[in-house]
Amino acid sequence: MGAVLVLCEVSGNALRPASLPALSAARALAAHHGGPVVAVLIGQGLSAAAADAARYAARVLTFDDARLAAPMAETYAPVLVAAMKAAGGTALLGTATSTGKDVLPRAAALLGAGMASDVVRVDGANRFRRPAYAGNALCDIEVASPTIVASVRQTAFAPAEPATTPGAIEAGAAGAIDALGTEVVSVQATKSARPELGDAKIVVSGGRGMKLGENFKILEELTDLLGGALGASRAACDAGMVPNDLQVGQTGKIVAPQLYVAVAISGAIQHLAGMKGSKVIVAINKDAEAPIFQLADYGLVATWETAVPELIAEVKKVKAAAG
Amino acid sequence: MKILVTCKRVPNPEQKLKLAGGKVDLATATWQINTFDEYAVETALRLTEKGKGGERSGEVVAVSIGPKEVTQQLRGVLAMGADRGLLVIADEAGLDADAVARILAKIVEQEKPDLVVLGKQTVDGDANQVGQILAGLLGWPQATFLASIRLAADGKTATTTREVDAGVEEKRVRLPAVVTVDLRIIGKKAVRNEALAPADAEWEETQRYASLKGIMAAKKKEIKELTMPDLGVAATPLVKVVAYEAPPARKAGAKVGSVEELVAKLHNEAKVI
Repeated sequence: MGAVLVLCEVSGNALRPASLPALSAARALAAHHGGPVVAVLIGQGLSAAAADAARYAARVLTFDDARLAAPMAETYAPVLVAAMKAAGGTALLGTATSTGKDVLPRAAALLGAGMASDVVRVDGANRFRRPAYAGNALCDIEVASPTIVASVRQTAFAPAEPATTPGAIEAGAAGAIDALGTEVVSVQATKSARPELGDAKIVVSGGRGMKLGENFKILEELTDLLGGALGASRAACDAGMVPNDLQVGQTGKIVAPQLYVAVAISGAIQHLAGMKGSKVIVAINKDAEAPIFQLADYGLVATWETAVPELIAEVKKVKAAAG
Repeated sequence: MKILVTCKRVPNPEQKLKLAGGKVDLATATWQINTFDEYAVETALRLTEKGKGGERSGEVVAVSIGPKEVTQQLRGVLAMGADRGLLVIADEAGLDADAVARILAKIVEQEKPDLVVLGKQTVDGDANQVGQILAGLLGWPQATFLASIRLAADGKTATTTREVDAGVEEKRVRLPAVVTVDLRIIGKKAVRNEALAPADAEWEETQRYASLKGIMAAKKKEIKELTMPDLGVAATPLVKVVAYEAPPARKAGAKVGSVEELVAKLHNEAKVI
């Protein structure tokens, strides 16, 4: 009858939408563990986010402390251990975000727990499915330790729906907080009015064929017209055309939007690993033999220089007609 | 400054993955060092250099876990410039991230490095766990997915930048620490030891390749072999692989003749715009 705990992330004062798929996976796992889903919130000024999390979990544990304001593995991992003890947890989940990937394995080490990374399916109390080899294999794994830690792939689980009755919110006891002499000096937020890559319904990505960073301006125009998020292949990030946090692929962000538009991206295995779960894939590439066409629903053999301005004009027409 | 750097061999990611009977067939795989570990080696070397091609100060110890054949890949890392190698003989396929981290923790106990540098993930297992577990086991600070690192002149702290979902985070860690590196770390000015390299020091924007001189020098460098019983670590994985399966194939759709046709199909057929 163990509880399933979920590291719920906080952005500003709100529950981060990226945590909803983890809450959804936690419900599936809780059916096997027999206990409740417990949301764990760590940070400073958590009341609004906690109220939001209570809509999805039977119990909410908050660890509200100025010293926990910035996510740091050194301070968060021991708090998660304290939360597991307090709630009688047998499993700890989170989303495979930059924070989840940083904090959860450290928590697993402290718990003596085996960890499943980037889970796409829950198959039992300790059995999960996850991709490996850049998504070229799906791997069924069993976690043999009594306590289980897992990060879930955001795009593989639908966001949790609110429950009928909200859960109880309690303040947890964090115990000693020791940052080990480490501090987050600053966070330079990416200023963007666009949705986060992981949450976006439409993603427009550019590849090496865009040649220069300034050429991404026209992709930005298309992205904003469609109300989507901008992405890029690793080759484009490597070449310094765009920041690395736009990278879609095995070692970047994993996306699965309704529409993915790949512009001047050849389709290296490593890129495909990050977007092949998209519902509809459009590829625009001047090379008719580019591997991206092998999985595109709609392929257009054209240079981006001609196709993207036309595409912007056509989309505008359609939007105008739809009024 | 003594730096321990991890080097895992992985099957060449450009080769088509063979799956048979629920297993990954690696019989004909060619092996190479995980790219992010190559970046880790580059990072460690820069941290011991007075600028590109400059004099070195400090020691870089490269560690790998695997069968004896990994000597070949480890020799390549020594040819890049690492000072000596450690090879823990084991069937790496039977180890999970926890077991690997336990092995590394024992090596850290023996070697007492000031810094451990790892690639942020291996491109075969894709788990992205080992550095974080190691830091947890050691009770050391950690800085993961680094885009840059600057070692303070007094050698007591490192200031790092990390590309996180919210933007770029600057994190300062006290040494000894565990860090894992992402692709930005091989930028021209991404790595610097303030005690050695001037502020304007620049390197090539890539991991270095072995020079002929480096290859010759590497032949004389030590690769010490260790076993798991030597280290007192049992190979009992907490995470067990049950089976591998090929993902469902996505079939190619149709080519369209024009942008107009494309937009019409996206609007009327796929209904996504």
